[in-house]
Amino acid sequence: MDWAAISLSAELALVTLLVLLPAAVLVARWLAVTPWRGKPWLEGLLALPLVLPPTVIGYYLLVAMGAQSPLGRAFEALAGQTLAFSFTGLVVASVIFNIPFAVQPIQRAFEAIAPDIREAAQCCGLTFWQAFRRIELPLAWPGVLSAAVMTFAHTLGEFGVVLMVGGNIPGETQTVAIAIYDKVQSFDTAQAGAMSLLLLVISLVTIAVSYGLVTRLMRRRQPV
Amino acid sequence: MSLSLDLRHDGPPLDFRAEIPEGRITALVGPSGSGKTSILRSIAGLLRLRYARIALAGEPWDDDHIHRPTRSRPIGFVPQHYGLFPHLTVQGNVETALTHLAAEPRRARALACIALAHVDGLGARYPRELSGGQKQRVALARAIAREPRVLLLDEPFSAVDRSTRKRLYVELRRLHQQLGATIVLVTHDLDEAAQLAAHVCLLHRGRLLQAGPTGEVLTRPCCAAAARLLDIPNIFEAQVEPGQTGQTPLLRWGPHTLRAAGPLPADAASSLRWAILPSNVLLARPDKPWGSHLENPIPARVEEVIPLGGEAVVWLRPEGMPETRLQMRVTDRAVRRHAVAAGQEITVCLRVADVILLGAPHRNA
Repeated sequence: MDWAAISLSAELALVTLLVLLPAAVLVARWLAVTPWRGKPWLEGLLALPLVLPPTVIGYYLLVAMGAQSPLGRAFEALAGQTLAFSFTGLVVASVIFNIPFAVQPIQRAFEAIAPDIREAAQCCGLTFWQAFRRIELPLAWPGVLSAAVMTFAHTLGEFGVVLMVGGNIPGETQTVAIAIYDKVQSFDTAQAGAMSLLLLVISLVTIAVSYGLVTRLMRRRQPV
Repeated sequence: MSLSLDLRHDGPPLDFRAEIPEGRITALVGPSGSGKTSILRSIAGLLRLRYARIALAGEPWDDDHIHRPTRSRPIGFVPQHYGLFPHLTVQGNVETALTHLAAEPRRARALACIALAHVDGLGARYPRELSGGQKQRVALARAIAREPRVLLLDEPFSAVDRSTRKRLYVELRRLHQQLGATIVLVTHDLDEAAQLAAHVCLLHRGRLLQAGPTGEVLTRPCCAAAARLLDIPNIFEAQVEPGQTGQTPLLRWGPHTLRAAGPLPADAASSLRWAILPSNVLLARPDKPWGSHLENPIPARVEEVIPLGGEAVVWLRPEGMPETRLQMRVTDRAVRRHAVAAGQEITVCLRVADVILLGAPHRNA
C-alpha cells in the first residue's frame, strides 16, 4: 500500500475543500438570487469541467501555470519554484475542476429557500449577514454537505487533470489514483487492487453517510 | 396621524393614494390581481415601486431620497403562507425577531408574545409539527415581537379551516385591543373585512375605488365597479327627470318613478346607474295599510325563491320590465308567513335612503 500517495490525496482533498467551499457558498448564494442577465453564461462557464475532457482542462491549466505564462512566472518569482508539477499547482487545478461539484448543490439548496422565508428574515429586523448566518446557511446546509462530499470524493478519484498538471512525482504530486495507474503499469496488481479497494470503500462510505445525513437534514428543513 | 400612501407602478399596475388611519384595522379589499399584496409589500419595503411616497405620522419611509430598508421599518408582517423558519422551533422563530435584545430579555419577550398569541406550551415544537391555525398564531407572535407600529397581514386566514378562522378573528380583535397598533389586512373576503376592519379600502386593478368606514363602504358603493366588487346584484340604469338638482331627485326606471336621496353624482347626465342591496328590497305586507307612506312601491312578480341557510334569495320581475330582474333577500320566516312563492304578485318598496346613486353609465364601467 502506497501510504504516501494516499495521504497526499487526502491532504489535497482537504485543502481543496478548505479553499473552495467558502467561495462556493458565496458564489452559489449570489447565483441563486441574482436577476443578472448574464447568469446562464457564468453558470455555463462554471459547469465546463463537467463536460470537458480532463485532459483539455489539464492542458489549459498546464499552459496557464507553465514557466512561460505570467501566472507561472509570478509564482516562480514569489515561491522560488514552478507552479506546474508542484502540490500548490495541484491544489489550484483541483479547486478549478471541482467548481461545479461544489457550486451546483449549494446553489440548488439556496434556490429552494422560499422567498417568503427571506422576506420574513428582513421583517424580523435581520441584516443581510445575520439572515445569512441564522436562516439561509442553516437551511442550505444539506446542499453544503453534499457539495463537500462530492468535492472530497471527486478529488480523491481525479486522474487526468492531476496527471497533466502535477505529473507523477512521488511524495509531491503522485496521488492515489496515479499511484494505482503506476502499479498497474509495473504489473503490481496486488498493490493496485488493495489501493483500488481502499478508494472504493472510502468513496462508498463517505457518500452513503452523507446521503443519510442529507436526507435527515432535509426532513427537518421541509418548507412549512 | 395616519399612514400616508401614494404608490404608482407599471408591473403590477398600481395607482393608489390613501390615508390609513392610525391605531385601527384597515382592510384592503379587492379581487385577485387588484394590487393588494403589492401595496402591503411596498409598505414593508419588500417591493420597490416606480414611485412611492410612504410616511407614518409624517415620518417618511419612502420618497425621492429615502428608502428605509425593511429591517428598520417598525413593522410586523404575516405573509400568506406565514414564512416560518422551518429549522427553528416556535421559540426560536419568535426570538429571531428579537436579536437586538440580550439573551435573557429576548427569551422573556418571546415567551410573552407566544402567550399573547395563545400558543404557550408549543415553544419547543418545529413549524412542521403545528396545525394551520397554530402556524398562523406563531407567525403573529413573531410579527408582534418587535412591538411594531404597523402590523401587515396578507390574507392571514386563507389557509385555515372555517372554524379556526372564526376563532382567529376573535383573537386578532383581542390582540388589536391590547396592542393598539395600526393593522393593514389584505383580504378578498368581504365578510372577513366586515367582521374585522373599522376602515376599508376597495381596490380594482391597482386603483382605489372607495375608502371609508367599513359599514359605509360595504353598503354605499360609490360607483358601479365598487357595487360589482361588493357583489351587489341589483345595479340598474335609470333616467333622471329633467331639472333634478335637489336633495331628492326623481328617477324614471322603466314605467316606475323612484325618489332617491341626493345629491346627484357630479357626472350624472340624463341617465345614471343606481343600485340597491337585496336586503334593502322590502316586502310590502299586503295585510298592513301602507297607503301613501310606502316609499318607491314597485309591483313585481316572484320568479324564483331559493332558500339559503336561514334566509331566501327571491328573484323578482318588476311590472312592465320584462328584461329586468330584481333580487330581494328575506328571512325564511317572512317567506313562510307571507307565502312567497314563484308566480305570486307582490309589492316591494325601496326606501329613498337605500337607493344608491352610482353615477353616469359608462361602457365597461
